[in-house]
Amino acid sequence: MSLDQLYQQIILDHSKARHGSGLAGTVAPEGASTGQSHQLNPVCGDEVTLRLAVEDGKVAQVSWDGAGCSISMASASVLTELAEGMTVAELHEVIDSFREVLRSRGKIHADPDLLGDAAAFEGVARYAARVKCAMISWVAAEDALNQAA
Amino acid sequence: MALVSTPASLEQALPATLDNAEVLRIRNDFPVLDQLVNGRPLVYLDSGATSQNPLSVIEAEQEFYEQRNAAVHRGAHHLAVEATEAFEDARQTVADFIGADYSETIWTSNATEGLNLISYTLSTAGLWAAQGRGDAGLADLALKPGDEIVVTEMEHHANLIPWQELAFRTGATLRYIPIDDAGSLRMDQAGDIIGSRTKVLAFTHASNVLGTINPVRELVALGRAVGALVVLDACQSAPHMVLDVKKLDVDFAVFSGHKMLAPTGIGVLYGKQELLDILPPFLTGGSMITTVTMERAEYLPAPQRFEAGTQRISQAVALAAAANYLTETGLDRIHRWETELGGRMVTGLESIPGIRVLGPAAGGERIGLAAFDVEGVHAHDVGQFLDSRGIAVRVGHHCAQPLHRRLGLTATTRASAYLYNTTDDVDQFLDAVAGVRAYFRA
Repeated sequence: MSLDQLYQQIILDHSKARHGSGLAGTVAPEGASTGQSHQLNPVCGDEVTLRLAVEDGKVAQVSWDGAGCSISMASASVLTELAEGMTVAELHEVIDSFREVLRSRGKIHADPDLLGDAAAFEGVARYAARVKCAMISWVAAEDALNQAA
Repeated sequence: MALVSTPASLEQALPATLDNAEVLRIRNDFPVLDQLVNGRPLVYLDSGATSQNPLSVIEAEQEFYEQRNAAVHRGAHHLAVEATEAFEDARQTVADFIGADYSETIWTSNATEGLNLISYTLSTAGLWAAQGRGDAGLADLALKPGDEIVVTEMEHHANLIPWQELAFRTGATLRYIPIDDAGSLRMDQAGDIIGSRTKVLAFTHASNVLGTINPVRELVALGRAVGALVVLDACQSAPHMVLDVKKLDVDFAVFSGHKMLAPTGIGVLYGKQELLDILPPFLTGGSMITTVTMERAEYLPAPQRFEAGTQRISQAVALAAAANYLTETGLDRIHRWETELGGRMVTGLESIPGIRVLGPAAGGERIGLAAFDVEGVHAHDVGQFLDSRGIAVRVGHHCAQPLHRRLGLTATTRASAYLYNTTDDVDQFLDAVAGVRAYFRA
């Protein structure tokens, strides 16, 4: 597998764009319930603190602070774009699907209809050392979602 | 044809350093190096983490299992005698390798276990002394509140955490000698930090991140002046340069086999005889006792005192083979060659925009490794990019989080060379690093 299949254009773009980055600059909508989760990968020092606001059963806002490799930062950015507007149940389904693909060592293909831009991380599954990079913000989102919902 | 052998003294002296031609011959001894990774010939620059094994080491371990495998120090049968001889001959070989005496050379699993052994036996010394058990000298070795343990800011976690925990168990205080921005110890402060309260001074011979070689003699002199025990982490020195523990006059030294051409699972603890003979054991059980009753046990002197249970026999034999390989190649020659490779790395890295090399600048003394930060690109991505070109490096904090924090970083990329690396390896690495920022659009 080539490097370009791992670092797809969409991942490199998101690693620069970092949608949702900046906890301090965002205020959760009034009345929304929020959850916040901090995740750390002790191997490489990647860190994400992600806050998620739920309003009327839907994800109203995702914001996060993080430091890490392009895979981990792009993954948090993609997650933010994808999650906002989803119902709690929908986001759980997407997180489960993402995890299944990432842990499959390349055996399970991503469903682009369900995962959208996150399907681009399919190639990461073949790099065992990088799976945690892609997962870190999703683990944080799942934790935050359980707190907020 | 004259069948007259040439006396050793008349043999042509080996050149003072290795060169590429000799390294290419050396590489033939390392089968693992001869492979393609991602379609490119493997460039292995991660020996600081673990080194590769020459055939003589692999064969020594295989030969042991094929011909001599048995438990050592027990059983009167032929194989038990053969295995015991191989095991103890290996100890003598490794003792000679570091200038130690036979009974001062203890087998461990690795350097981490060696450092834990020292730290645990020192806190047990306090328990023994408090109950009047063992040698009267143990009271002087015991730590108590008010005593101090001194390490440095550049330590690997293995030479930091055991001391944190020893401080916790005994109430002693852990202090450290800081580094300057160039990665050298602040020796101007060391004299104030190492004082009358210092009971243990533990430091690395050479930094696994900065590449710095520490002034061992000066530090030992400071430790000696206050009666502290001096512990040397020789993980990055024993494999790469001549290590003479007696000449350095340290009380303890540790290193791992897998960083010096040997298998994993074997390491060495050197300790001064008079200390080893009175210190309480670390692990207890079979093989290390004289008399055992249902109530208590008496222990053998070193080395058996610190080698409870069935030992790592084949690994010890293999480590001796590795020591012989290094000695025959010549550690001074290896050190000179690696110094050249390390210098080439730093000079090359410094000429690439956006690269910050940790530790001494080009021209400064360093071992054959270089850790660096690439502006705008995380170390994990750097490592992945290099791997796509068949180049193996280490990424992360290299088990030195406090050091990285001091330098304002969380993760770096490290290339580390050994006797089987050519200047071409370094040049390919540099060429790849030069392409990293463009690929990630940093």
